[in-house]
Amino acid sequence: MTDVLFVLFAVVALGGAAGVVLGRSPVASLLFMVATLASVAGIFVLLEAHFLAAVQVMVYAGAIMVLFLFVIMLLNLGHDYRADLKFGLWSLLALSVSGLTGGLLWTFLADPVPAGALGGAAASAIDAAVAEKGAVGAIADPLFTDYVVAFELTGLLLLVAIVAAVVLAKPRSGEEQEC
Amino acid sequence: MTLDYSSSFHYLVALLPECVLFVGGMGVLLAGVSKTDEQRRPELGWLALAVLAAAAVANGWLYSVSESGATAMIAVDKFRLFANWVFIVGAALTIAISLAYVSRQRLQAAEYYALIAFATVGMMVVAASRDLMIVFLGMETVSIAVYALAAFNRRDPRSAEAGLKYFLLGAFASGFLLFGIALIYGAAGSTNLQAIAVAVQDGAAAGGLMIPGMALLVTGFAFKVSAVPFHMWTPDAYEGAPTPVTAYMASAVKAAAFVAFARILFVGLDGVYDQWFPILWWIAAATMVVGNLVAVVQSSIKRMLAYSSIAHGGYLLVALVAANDAAAAGLLFYLFVYTVTTVGAFAVVVTVGRQSERDTAIEKYAGYGWRRPVLGTLMTLFLLSLAGFPGTGGFMAKFYVLQGAAEAHLWWLLVVLVLTTLVSYWYYLRVAWFMWMKEAPEGAVHRVGGATPFAIYVVLLVCGGIVLATGLLPGAAIDLAQGSVEGLRHWVAGTAPAH
Repeated sequence: MTDVLFVLFAVVALGGAAGVVLGRSPVASLLFMVATLASVAGIFVLLEAHFLAAVQVMVYAGAIMVLFLFVIMLLNLGHDYRADLKFGLWSLLALSVSGLTGGLLWTFLADPVPAGALGGAAASAIDAAVAEKGAVGAIADPLFTDYVVAFELTGLLLLVAIVAAVVLAKPRSGEEQEC
Repeated sequence: MTLDYSSSFHYLVALLPECVLFVGGMGVLLAGVSKTDEQRRPELGWLALAVLAAAAVANGWLYSVSESGATAMIAVDKFRLFANWVFIVGAALTIAISLAYVSRQRLQAAEYYALIAFATVGMMVVAASRDLMIVFLGMETVSIAVYALAAFNRRDPRSAEAGLKYFLLGAFASGFLLFGIALIYGAAGSTNLQAIAVAVQDGAAAGGLMIPGMALLVTGFAFKVSAVPFHMWTPDAYEGAPTPVTAYMASAVKAAAFVAFARILFVGLDGVYDQWFPILWWIAAATMVVGNLVAVVQSSIKRMLAYSSIAHGGYLLVALVAANDAAAAGLLFYLFVYTVTTVGAFAVVVTVGRQSERDTAIEKYAGYGWRRPVLGTLMTLFLLSLAGFPGTGGFMAKFYVLQGAAEAHLWWLLVVLVLTTLVSYWYYLRVAWFMWMKEAPEGAVHRVGGATPFAIYVVLLVCGGIVLATGLLPGAAIDLAQGSVEGLRHWVAGTAPAH
């Protein structure tokens, strides 16, 4: 059952991702992206990360996607464009490179997987943390202790992005060309 | 004082220079809000310089702080502190050559200087980081600030083009980097570099995820340091960006990427040296050959310096491939000298262009040396240093990198480095030849455009002094660099990994 669901979600996620790139209208791309994000949330559920799945649906598939949709509609960007991708020699090259990478991953993953994050100590540590503090606590606690630097740094990153966006988007205040 | 990160306060101490610079950068932003007249642009620049000076003091104070162990997320080691000097000096020189430019181009001064300060914070975080997550966040902070700086002159379409190209390819590269980090995390079960190294050594890391992860990470960083074949964005981005920003991109931004790359390769991925060695070997060789050969045919000085910066990236990659202490010290020394030399050369380009984007064609330099002997002499000095002429800092930097490569028996790379350096003499000396040997064309009225700003003279003299000092008496600087890499690669039970 789990395997069937996983294949379903994985296919929808990958198909949606392809749709984002290949879609001609920004709105269609956006809806494909919602499908991808929702399928990833489904995969999180299969991994028993229910809190992550809920956050994924609420924040990404919900809030951020709606924001994107608003921007596209407000700026009237929802027209069809001619396809950006030209299926010439380059697409053949891109496909072969993708295939090569996929094949490499496949051969590597065919080996028995030793204990990394995929299993062993790290996984059991996560299980223990979830059992002790609950799913929210297991994420929130390290966020403000072990990873507090990363958390604060994300704030700096967002500030820089806002300053950068404002600088580039602010209308010019009637200054004329310099001589 | 010894830091063990038992309380959050220790993070604050360990990141003191970053905190000072970040708060100061916000102060510059706020000072710009209350700005009423247009004449106060230079004052914001001087304020940013004062903030950088405060960060430098904090960085010096950190030498008296030690950490217990070498596995914490934030490193307080001399490698980081030396790199911080490079970033602070690079940012300060960039701001100094921007003062007149920003006023003349009527750029939004507060945001301009604040973004430079924030980008410098990102670089310092990258250098301090022992965790791939922090590396990524720091690199993104640097990149986003620099995308905006490259597109900063909104009256110049080339600036917008530069920003957009840099942004699209930079975001693409960040994707590679992040995917690589995710795969490495999957293999090793941690993003901490020491934990990754231990997992690789114990054989606990899944090779099936580690190797593709390493390959993607190397690809991402190759984009960031504009190594061939991932260099396509560099010439356009460097040519279109405002000239002081180009100086910053070619010097400090590149140094930050190299410092992070070095720490990741030398500490975290040392166990898979045999896998990344051939990849980086070919990238280094291709970068040196392509960068130098294409630079020969450039007619714009900014484009020529862009390809020259690609070529210098190749020389620095040789130090990474060598992966021993001599090469690591050479890398730090090289980054310092290269940063100073590059900003010095761009200071002359800014002056020749009269604080705008004019006169970037190399032909425009004809006869310039005789009209402005001081500028001409210093430009010649910087070009000779970039080429690696004996007696300049650039020569000693190449010498130390070559020494590291020789210790690692990289004879072929060594040959490529020397031969491509000989090629580089052609295009560097071509500019000097135009300046001193060519007459300005008949009828061309060369407007001198007022006096050279005071700050640019200071920058030129400082850069020229450092280039000569590191060239003639490199002892102190190389000793500092060698002291800075001690312990970087010896963290497991006091032994250096052998290749």
